[in-house]
Amino acid sequence: MVVTVIGIIRAHNLFAVVMLGGIYSFLMATVLVVLDAVDVAMTEAAVGAGMSTVLLLAVLHLTRTREAPLRHAPVIPLLICLLTGGALVYGTLDLPPFGQPDNPQNLHVAPYYLENSIEETKSPNVVTAVLASYRGFDTLGEVAVIFSAGIGVLILLSRRRRREMVVEDEGRSRK
Amino acid sequence: MRDTVILRVVVKVLLPAILMFALYVQFHGEYGPGGGFQAGVAAAAAVILYGMVFGIAEARKVVPRSIVNTMIPLGVLIFAGTGVVSILLGENYLDYTPLGSKPAKGQHLGILVVEFGVFVTVASTMLAIFYVFGGRADEADEKAKNEEGGE
Amino acid sequence: MNEFLADLNYWVTIFLLVGGLYIITAHGNMVKKLVGLAIFQSSVYLLFISPGKILGGTAPIIAPGFDVYSNPLPHVLILTAIVVGVATIALGLAIVVRIHEAYGTIEDDEVHDLEAD
Repeated sequence: MVVTVIGIIRAHNLFAVVMLGGIYSFLMATVLVVLDAVDVAMTEAAVGAGMSTVLLLAVLHLTRTREAPLRHAPVIPLLICLLTGGALVYGTLDLPPFGQPDNPQNLHVAPYYLENSIEETKSPNVVTAVLASYRGFDTLGEVAVIFSAGIGVLILLSRRRRREMVVEDEGRSRK
Repeated sequence: MRDTVILRVVVKVLLPAILMFALYVQFHGEYGPGGGFQAGVAAAAAVILYGMVFGIAEARKVVPRSIVNTMIPLGVLIFAGTGVVSILLGENYLDYTPLGSKPAKGQHLGILVVEFGVFVTVASTMLAIFYVFGGRADEADEKAKNEEGGE
Repeated sequence: MNEFLADLNYWVTIFLLVGGLYIITAHGNMVKKLVGLAIFQSSVYLLFISPGKILGGTAPIIAPGFDVYSNPLPHVLILTAIVVGVATIALGLAIVVRIHEAYGTIEDDEVHDLEAD
């Protein structure tokens, strides 16, 4: 994954960037399976590698596929990134050890879900039970977000393109 | 898209499999990995694949845009409506217990209905996004062709 | 060995996050910026999922014969986050397409130049 990300940073051909992004998503899905998150891995493979690649390719078709070279040396962004990275690495030193069942995050509500979901919802897949039942509000909110994002895209793009409109926009931008 | 026999045949073989898989993921979501989100994306991917190989116009004939646009709010309504039904039956919002004869059965049914709402919204939103992007691309192509013809 | 692997997990997450941040801040091309945003997002997925893993556990699907399961809560949160993520990225791409129609370019700097003219 690290190699693909370096590739994405260095590649100037946007087509290559999109393809590397697809590879990256599949690798991410594999890692998620190793981490026992099969539901998430399935979503990531379908959404990350499938949907977003298709969308990005459609946009590349509409725009152009070469990236302009950087105008100035990226000193400040590099500095910011190094600072952030350093702070985060410092933060990992305090994190609880990996994969122990008595870590704080595994003691809160998760055991309750694991023990009771099969009696209360008859659903062996705890992820689905939590998603739809215990945290139904969350999911309703997420669905609403997807709904509004979809509406937003429709509003932005479903107006038919007219020549005058484009010219008018350009005229406004020149002022 | 260029005409390639292999692509067309392979897609025709794969499509039912993908749709079956989507439905399996949808209704088997409580027992194995899966659920409305994954199934929605898989179902949308099937139609998108069809649209990419046979042209978006063909895909729009199979799943018209008006249906897609109605399905987006419909899914949210199914989800929110389930909550309202449980209020009417005297419980908290989105508490599925009263939907069945026994609490566990009610929960079971509630999960199925809600997952279906998620499925409808996700699938139709993805499809709608693909249609508008693809429609733009087709328009751009036509414009380029017209300009070439005019010059 | 195990401790090393655990830290490696976090370091990869941090590298992905910083890489995504670098792409967003340093590159002017909007499509590439969005890819960077996707990488940034997926690093957060990894950050959420890694602590939920319990060594020796299996996926949280209750079945006879298994006693230890990984924490299902982060899975739920990230599951929805992925789908929301693609929806927001689609929205961003739609804005990019509109910008391209209005300005004829998808580079940050060129849009700035056009505005300045």
